[in-house]
Amino acid sequence: MSEHMVPVKTYIGIFVALLCLTALTTGVAYVDLGAFNTVAALAIAVAKMLLVVLFFMHVKYSGGLTKVFILAGVLFFAILVTLTLADELTRHWSPTPTGWGTLAPLLSRFF
Amino acid sequence: MAIHHAHPPGFAHQFEDMEQQREAGSLGMWVFLLTEMMFFGGLFATYIVYRALYLPSFEIGSHLLEVRFGALNTAVLIGSSLTMALAIHSAQIGKRGAQVGFLITTMILGAAFLFIKFTFEWHHDYVEHLVPGFGFGIRPEWGAPGAHVPMFFCFYFFMTGLHALHMIIGIGILSVLTVMAHRGRFTPQYYSPLEVSGLYWHFVDIVWIFLFPLLYLIGGRYLRGGH
Amino acid sequence: MSTATMDVHEAPTGSRVNYLNAQYGVKSWLLTTDHKRIALLYLASITLMFFVGGFFAVLMRLHLIEPQGALVQPETYNKLFTMHGVIMVFFFLVPSIPATLGNFLVPMMIGARDLAFPKLNLLSWYIYVIGAIFTLYAVISGGVDTGWTFYTPYSSSFSHTSVVPTALGVFITGFSSILTGLNFVVTIHKMRAPGLTWFRLPLFIWAIYATSIIFILGTPVIAITLFLLFLERVLHIGIFDPAIGGDPILFQHLFWFYSHPAVYIMILPGMGVMSELITCFSRKRIFGYSFVAFSSLAIAIISFLVWGHHMFVTGQSIYAGLIFSVLSFMVAIPSAVKVFNWTATLYKGSISYDAPMLYALGFIGLFTMGGLTGLFLASLATDVHLNGTYFIVAHFHYIMVGGAVMAYLGGIHFWWPKITGRLYPDGWARFAALVIFVGFNLTFFPQFMLGYLGMPRRYAVYPSEFQVLNVMSSAGASILGIGYLIPLVYLIWSMRYGPTAGPNPWGAKGLEWTTPSPPPTENFEEIPVVTEEAYDYAHSTVTRG
Repeated sequence: MSEHMVPVKTYIGIFVALLCLTALTTGVAYVDLGAFNTVAALAIAVAKMLLVVLFFMHVKYSGGLTKVFILAGVLFFAILVTLTLADELTRHWSPTPTGWGTLAPLLSRFF
Repeated sequence: MAIHHAHPPGFAHQFEDMEQQREAGSLGMWVFLLTEMMFFGGLFATYIVYRALYLPSFEIGSHLLEVRFGALNTAVLIGSSLTMALAIHSAQIGKRGAQVGFLITTMILGAAFLFIKFTFEWHHDYVEHLVPGFGFGIRPEWGAPGAHVPMFFCFYFFMTGLHALHMIIGIGILSVLTVMAHRGRFTPQYYSPLEVSGLYWHFVDIVWIFLFPLLYLIGGRYLRGGH
Repeated sequence: MSTATMDVHEAPTGSRVNYLNAQYGVKSWLLTTDHKRIALLYLASITLMFFVGGFFAVLMRLHLIEPQGALVQPETYNKLFTMHGVIMVFFFLVPSIPATLGNFLVPMMIGARDLAFPKLNLLSWYIYVIGAIFTLYAVISGGVDTGWTFYTPYSSSFSHTSVVPTALGVFITGFSSILTGLNFVVTIHKMRAPGLTWFRLPLFIWAIYATSIIFILGTPVIAITLFLLFLERVLHIGIFDPAIGGDPILFQHLFWFYSHPAVYIMILPGMGVMSELITCFSRKRIFGYSFVAFSSLAIAIISFLVWGHHMFVTGQSIYAGLIFSVLSFMVAIPSAVKVFNWTATLYKGSISYDAPMLYALGFIGLFTMGGLTGLFLASLATDVHLNGTYFIVAHFHYIMVGGAVMAYLGGIHFWWPKITGRLYPDGWARFAALVIFVGFNLTFFPQFMLGYLGMPRRYAVYPSEFQVLNVMSSAGASILGIGYLIPLVYLIWSMRYGPTAGPNPWGAKGLEWTTPSPPPTENFEEIPVVTEEAYDYAHSTVTRG
């Protein structure tokens, strides 16, 4: 819990920045950037999150322990997503096995 | 007990002093928010999987949502985070009336968010037969790419529903805090319940900050000339 | 260990005020915020659930005496193994050591008066009880037959049994774990006594801390998963429903993301107990303190990277399988480090064979066997043959029962004098430990052989050539069951008729042993100042008695 007093002007400034970023993300959605639309939307969302976390939630003025816990959450969420996608997106990379028959020409070279 | 010290209001005796109590309370709320990150995270993770698998259906579904309400609600929640931060600031400078005023404003903004969501969005979707399990109507104009639109709407209702549930709980907490603030319980020396509840409220705001683009802005709006 | 002026040999016993007699009456127990009383509330509930889950196991082993089944219909058998699994995993093993020994000891070991959030602690017990009631309701309303793993689409679309109450019960109890883990993390970070740096902490605290990390990061994911399952059963449509493109395997990813780390929730606290027992009953410092401490954290973190090894034969991508297989081999390393360190601690120690030590020695052997057989399962090629067989059943019972339950019993016996102020009958305790060891091995070693020979798990019938091994296993189970009943009897007996215990009957190091037995409600008259390393037995003048 920080004793640090954030001035009201800072809060108002962050509020305005958040509204601008909201307008930006909405506007960008109406422009065709292909796959970059998703990247932009997520980047803006992350920026908004950082503003809220650092200033409204006072993490900018907090000790390292708080930051470690936040990073831990991000990391383990990333692990859940990454390893699950590693399965879901690569299932069709290998052909379906059709038994030893397909290996017969290869095996007969050795045995 | 050999130790004698003045007991400030709100002091809990398992702690050695108010500083330890404050730090423990803050760390406790952050640990709880970590569990909330993983709770919502499980839902976001499944969303990511199905969006990757069924992007065309998710685009069609997303275009059936109204961006103006999503954007408006985003602004409403950001405003409520501001008023929450200002409520805590008022406690830090010992202004009781401002505390109460900002807390009530935060609650009103939260209620406004829920009102917009439930009446203009959810109810509208129900009337339009876009609620899975409640007479969902597949539309022929979606064609083959739209085979999994019901899946998108499952996520829309589950994710915004879980978020709304957290908002309702948050408003409940705020109402308790408002009563406490009105009774002068919070001083510049002791306002941890406000600070800690503020962390919760900001977290719920952050969840919506991600929900808005992930649900309302999939695939861009340029395809259909804006909405 | 401390420089506080309390003279332990003068600590009064008998009718002195302590946490047990400070207040009388049901309300003083049901509304307590004293971590020690809450630990006993948990002890009672968990013991009840253990015997309920054990009862289902008894019925299963009786049924499997005959190849065609001796006792129940196959549909009922499915319910038996499901209820056994659900109750043992979620209502016994997960909370066992943390909620009983953890709740009792964490504040005492770090020199605090209570946990950081005593009321949340009480709330966590009530949440556990409510979850247990939902699940027991499911038992009496016809049972569940999905397996404790609740795999979709059977659990979401096809089963006609009490899936909803069971899933709700487990969901609710999950919040009990979360609150417990949260309490421990904050307490250990913020409330250690002066001088008690991280590297002077008992290794039990490191283990509880690592367990709490898993509670916090993993439990919410199974909570949302079961919630989604609940929604799908109630709404008849959901994200695992293949009709709208749902992937049942995705359920398994979410389920095992928690449930694999959960098995480390079940063993890590036992490993923490082990470090306490081995050092005390060898009168030696732990070998490689920082290795053991860091291995607890390593286990907690790597445990989140391996869950796909439960899904090798589900149709999971072979590339994901490769990644999970490699990571699963890695997670064995920190566990092995601990076993080496405990063994090195025993070397040239002054060893005594009290009941807690018998449990600890049993743990080393049985946990090692269970852990090594896990490597057979981590290897993709052998897992194809062994998955879904009794080899898996034997593997996890060696760790869960041969490991975790024995550590739990060892810990209960070790700290019993501190918790109750009474000594249990030593002869009976050692006898029971041996009965449990023999019964356990007779029950589960044949199951390795059965699995290797191909007998599938979760089957109500089996080919007749497997009967001899099954009968051996069932005979072992009856011995094991008797072995568990013996401590139940003498421990309860000792609470009333056992000789009173002094503050430190084992001559152990640790702040908890500097208090009277049982301790006063506030734990310490003065918060101690710590200047010694942990397990400083070489310089110890404290002796048994």
